[in-house]
Amino acid sequence: MNILSVFHVAAATLLLPVGTGLPPAKKLNVVATTPDLAALAREIGGDVVDVKALAKPTEDPHFVDPKPSHIVTLNRADMLIDGGAELELGWLPALLESARNDKIAAGAPGRVSASQGVRLVEIPTSFDRSKGDVHSLGNPHFLIDPVNVKLIVAQIADHLSKIDPSDAQVFSANLKKFNAALDAKMAEWQKTLAPFAGAKIVTYHKDFTYLAERFKLDVIETLEPKPGIAPSPSHLATVISAMKASNARVILVQSFQNRRTAETVARQTDAKVLDITQQPGAIKGTDTYIQLMDYIIQTLASGLQEQK
Amino acid sequence: MRTRRTTAAFAVVGGLCLSAQYARAQQPPDSITRRQQRAIDSLSAAMRAMQSQLDSLARAPSASAAAPAAAQPRTTGAYMNVSFVGLTDFGWSTEPNVPALQVGDHDPHVRGFTIPNAELALDGTVDPYFKGFANIVYKIDRLGETNVELEEMYLLSSSLPKNLQLKAGQYFVDFGRQNTQHPHAWAFADEPLVLNRMFGPDGLRSQGVRLSWLAPTSWYTEAMVSVVNSAGATTSSFRSDESTEIHGGRLLEREVLRASDMLIVPRLATSFDLTETQTVVVGASAALGPNNSGPDASTQIYGVDLYWKWKSPTAHQGFPFVSFQSEAMTRSYDAAARISAETPAVTLPAETLKDQGAYAQLLWGIKPLLVAGIRGGFVSGDAAAFDSDLRADRSRLSTDLTWLPSEFSKFRVQYNFDHRKGIGNDHSLWFQLEFLMGAHAAHKF
Repeated sequence: MNILSVFHVAAATLLLPVGTGLPPAKKLNVVATTPDLAALAREIGGDVVDVKALAKPTEDPHFVDPKPSHIVTLNRADMLIDGGAELELGWLPALLESARNDKIAAGAPGRVSASQGVRLVEIPTSFDRSKGDVHSLGNPHFLIDPVNVKLIVAQIADHLSKIDPSDAQVFSANLKKFNAALDAKMAEWQKTLAPFAGAKIVTYHKDFTYLAERFKLDVIETLEPKPGIAPSPSHLATVISAMKASNARVILVQSFQNRRTAETVARQTDAKVLDITQQPGAIKGTDTYIQLMDYIIQTLASGLQEQK
Repeated sequence: MRTRRTTAAFAVVGGLCLSAQYARAQQPPDSITRRQQRAIDSLSAAMRAMQSQLDSLARAPSASAAAPAAAQPRTTGAYMNVSFVGLTDFGWSTEPNVPALQVGDHDPHVRGFTIPNAELALDGTVDPYFKGFANIVYKIDRLGETNVELEEMYLLSSSLPKNLQLKAGQYFVDFGRQNTQHPHAWAFADEPLVLNRMFGPDGLRSQGVRLSWLAPTSWYTEAMVSVVNSAGATTSSFRSDESTEIHGGRLLEREVLRASDMLIVPRLATSFDLTETQTVVVGASAALGPNNSGPDASTQIYGVDLYWKWKSPTAHQGFPFVSFQSEAMTRSYDAAARISAETPAVTLPAETLKDQGAYAQLLWGIKPLLVAGIRGGFVSGDAAAFDSDLRADRSRLSTDLTWLPSEFSKFRVQYNFDHRKGIGNDHSLWFQLEFLMGAHAAHKF
């Protein structure tokens, strides 16, 4: 590019707002702790918002590095959406301390705690870490249930409207559109999984409880003996026995979990390991929440069908 | 839980029935009807309460277009988080006088067992403007005596304008990387030699204020400056009782007469994400303040630090990862002409005592909850009129393996090879056990 070309590009860039007669609209900066929450924010915010997720779709959301770049991201945020059920307890508080942004403080219009209003399950009756790294507010992996997602998107639309009233109609229309799409898909997903009602499955962590409850699957065991505790040979022997006894033939593993452990168990139980994710973008073609759920339901259905 | 609540609800209903029957037996007929009506009302209320409890326990049964229930606020957290970290070391060294080798306050300091750090940590939101933190540390010394110290106690502002943040109280001053870390965050069982050389056995920590500013750049840049007291055991290069061991002169009781008698600690840190999986943080720090070798004597410490980390894009529990951390520091201790503490007839000449040192450590998070590390470090001091043990040349090579059964407990084994100029080589093997109870710690990068 010669100097003249550079001049033309620079001049065109500078004159663009003049030419259109409007200054470029400033988009709202929405930050979500995890990609699933980010995907929902994109659905509701549409073109009016810029959305960024702190956690990568492929990594364990319990253990995200609180990198300094996240401090900058949070410092500039107009809205923060977090799970609010202690999933991010090990890394978000330190970031917020350094971000010095009142707009996203707890209780501010710019803060959405997604679990508010969601009926969490597995709420411990006592705080006892001999039971593993149990979250005191309950199981935080609630976004895998589309019914919970309807509660969350309503919250997102409500908060977006509060911080940007001029676009409230856009958010309302996007909410309506997303809910309609979700309802239609929900009927389809239920139909797809209906033949497998009561099917026994095994997961690595207690991260598919909500999905199993919604679609009437039965999680008989987890490869982790307790949440956050690595699988031990003795526990895996118990899992293998339970799988053989109940004819469970499917093991669900996320991209960051130890697939080799699952394969070892699968070999001894004639089961199949299904690569499932809870985060949009972790697997190709799952960029939106509905695409993600499509993938999960199809993978489950074909896996369960094969193992029938 | 559901069963217990249901039982309790039935007990309430049963109790009301019994009391209604008892009331009927005791009251005249004209009041019986009213009593019965009240009993029925109470029963209805109890049934409604029971139904409400059962409803709240049950998951929404309907699937598809289920209309979301009204949002129910959930209470999270408490006014204050409380946690306790216990650390125990045990092992052996070829040096029988272990404190001569392991000079850090939180290092292992005897052959056998050491409890170098038991920490009660408190934190919480004070009000809409501040957060509060406190660390109370218990240590058992080599004679078995328990020492207690208020290690840190500070407020941190949460809502200053212009990206500013204020910290006030007693705290580990932001100089370099490891100085602000507590022992349970260290990658090794002991502190790098250079931190002990520059800041003494317990790090650079004092009472004062820090103002920090997050620059409005697209990458992380933070500038901060602390103004703190320059006196005390945790400001050993400045107005501390340890000074005599550094410069060899009689201790001068200096008072604070002017602003420059405070300790000033500026720092600039910046960070970049090199790729999606790699991050680097670099920083430069200084500590400038008076020392008590003379009425106008001062010390200047300068340091640079580097931290790099790679973490797998599919990390499970934060593993695998590789990280590299290094700090280099130099100290100019302007010692005034002073009367020798050992030989009062001798006056030691004015001179600048120059010290320098560095360490570098590489960690490999092999698989979930297993970390291998290697660290090398040295310190040296230029020749001076007083031959101080605290300024002798020495180096240490360490390697360790850390296994965490869970996030809340840790086992570590560490081998140290120490070389001290004029003394020789030593070998040490240390084991470390750590546990955490209470609130979940929020980690920093």
